[in-house]
Amino acid sequence: MNYQMDWSVITDNFDIFMEGLLVTLKISALSLAISIPIGIIAGLCRISRNRVLSFLAASYVEVIRGIPLLVLLLWIFFVLGKFMKLGSFWSAVIGLAVFSGAFVAEIVRAGIQSVPRGQMEAARSSGMNYFQAMKLIILPQALRKVLPPLASQFIILIKDSSLASVIAVVDLSLVGHNLVATTFRVLEVWTFIAAVYFVITFSLSQIIRYFERKYRVLE
Amino acid sequence: MISIRNVSKSYGQVKVLHDIDLEIPQSQVFALIGPSGAGKSTLIRTINALEDIQEGEILIDGVSVHDKKTDINKLRANIGFVFQSFNLYPHLTALENVTIAPVNVKNANKKEAEEKGKELLASLGLGDKFASYPGQLSGGQQQRVAIARALAMDPKVMLFDEPTSALDPEMVKEVLDAIRKLAATGMTMAVVTHEMGFAKEICNQIVFMAEGKIVEVAEPKEFFSNPKTDRAQDFLAKVLNH
Ligand SMILES: Nc1ncnc2c1ncn2[C@@H]1O[C@H](COP(=O)(O)OP(=O)(O)OP(=O)(O)O)[C@@H](O)[C@H]1O
Ligand SMILES: [Mg+2]
Repeated sequence: MNYQMDWSVITDNFDIFMEGLLVTLKISALSLAISIPIGIIAGLCRISRNRVLSFLAASYVEVIRGIPLLVLLLWIFFVLGKFMKLGSFWSAVIGLAVFSGAFVAEIVRAGIQSVPRGQMEAARSSGMNYFQAMKLIILPQALRKVLPPLASQFIILIKDSSLASVIAVVDLSLVGHNLVATTFRVLEVWTFIAAVYFVITFSLSQIIRYFERKYRVLE
Repeated sequence: MISIRNVSKSYGQVKVLHDIDLEIPQSQVFALIGPSGAGKSTLIRTINALEDIQEGEILIDGVSVHDKKTDINKLRANIGFVFQSFNLYPHLTALENVTIAPVNVKNANKKEAEEKGKELLASLGLGDKFASYPGQLSGGQQQRVAIARALAMDPKVMLFDEPTSALDPEMVKEVLDAIRKLAATGMTMAVVTHEMGFAKEICNQIVFMAEGKIVEVAEPKEFFSNPKTDRAQDFLAKVLNH
């Protein structure tokens, strides 16, 4: 091997990288923020006694889990993108949120079911309605319990956001692609990009670990 | 105050309450006793509709508990329920456990609810535990917080399902003392209990259940010295001889 490392490709194109990074962060943060309410609502529907709601939620989860994210993104981009004039950015956000939401739904469902039945009984017998009991008593406990799997899901979501490049979102990974195509500095570019993804995901897991530790005293 | 009329309940095919009739007047304390599986928990849980019923009706102050038209949340806000396993909210402090229902169900002013919650906790000997989480409290302390939580709603009726059965023996007394004090204030109460001494001392009537039926209802003195049915004699012989 006589490949000579030359990191100037990074320093010279730093601004472009940062723009790509910003897009990656935006897509990840937005789709993450949207996938949480989707996941909570779908998770609640899944355990609902209403057959229609639980069937719809179960279908959503099963269908999404059975489709490759790449296919979902392309499909949303070409179908919804064309009919609803969604640009590639919002197609990516929605695709990722809908995809991740299905996994969050399963995590939330497991979390709710892990809260002892007596909690709901205590809340309801104090006069709270179902939604108050869920919001004030059950979900806060359920979400704390599922912080570790939620963290994994969010990390997967951030990494999956790199697939947005297939629908022409100029995120960090597409910036990398383009630079490799013009400069051929394969190792430098992809090593740098791997490091950046790692810094983002590692920071996120540290933040979540902080909350885990903060709540652990309560058990 | 609490009228239970011809109530029957089944789990699937299995009938666990048979034609229960019971009248608990205002300011009276009734003990529900009987062997395991008699249906005591099931009966007390039907009073605030934690369990549904198949026949009969239960009225609280004339309001039908299981009637679809009854606003069950409003009704439950007036019924305090204390569980064997406390069921405190582990993610909330003792004080938050006590104030969360008044603030969210009764729209009580938060400051006032806190003042009142602190008073209640202090009156139950928990003046230094406002900020403690349930996991940091002993069983007896947790059960007293649970009693304070129920009282914070100004209930008209208090229901207890074996409030001391999950406690270490040395903590039973502090919880029974709290219930005793409450009885003295004229609260209407039904208490499922295995504490015969307590039942004898503070209850107006003993309701003895077995196999899903009420077998005997009598004043404590009468019941413990002169039980009428064989079932009750058997039961007392067993529980009083150890
Ligand atoms: N969720 C349920 N599903 C089916 N059967 C049940 C259920 N809960 C209680 N039972 C049955 O109903 C009967 C009455 O139970 P219950 O818990 O009311 O008895 P109990 O008098 O409170 O007994 P213990 O002193 O052991 O608490 C029992 O035979 C029990 O097995
Ligand atoms: Mg019981």
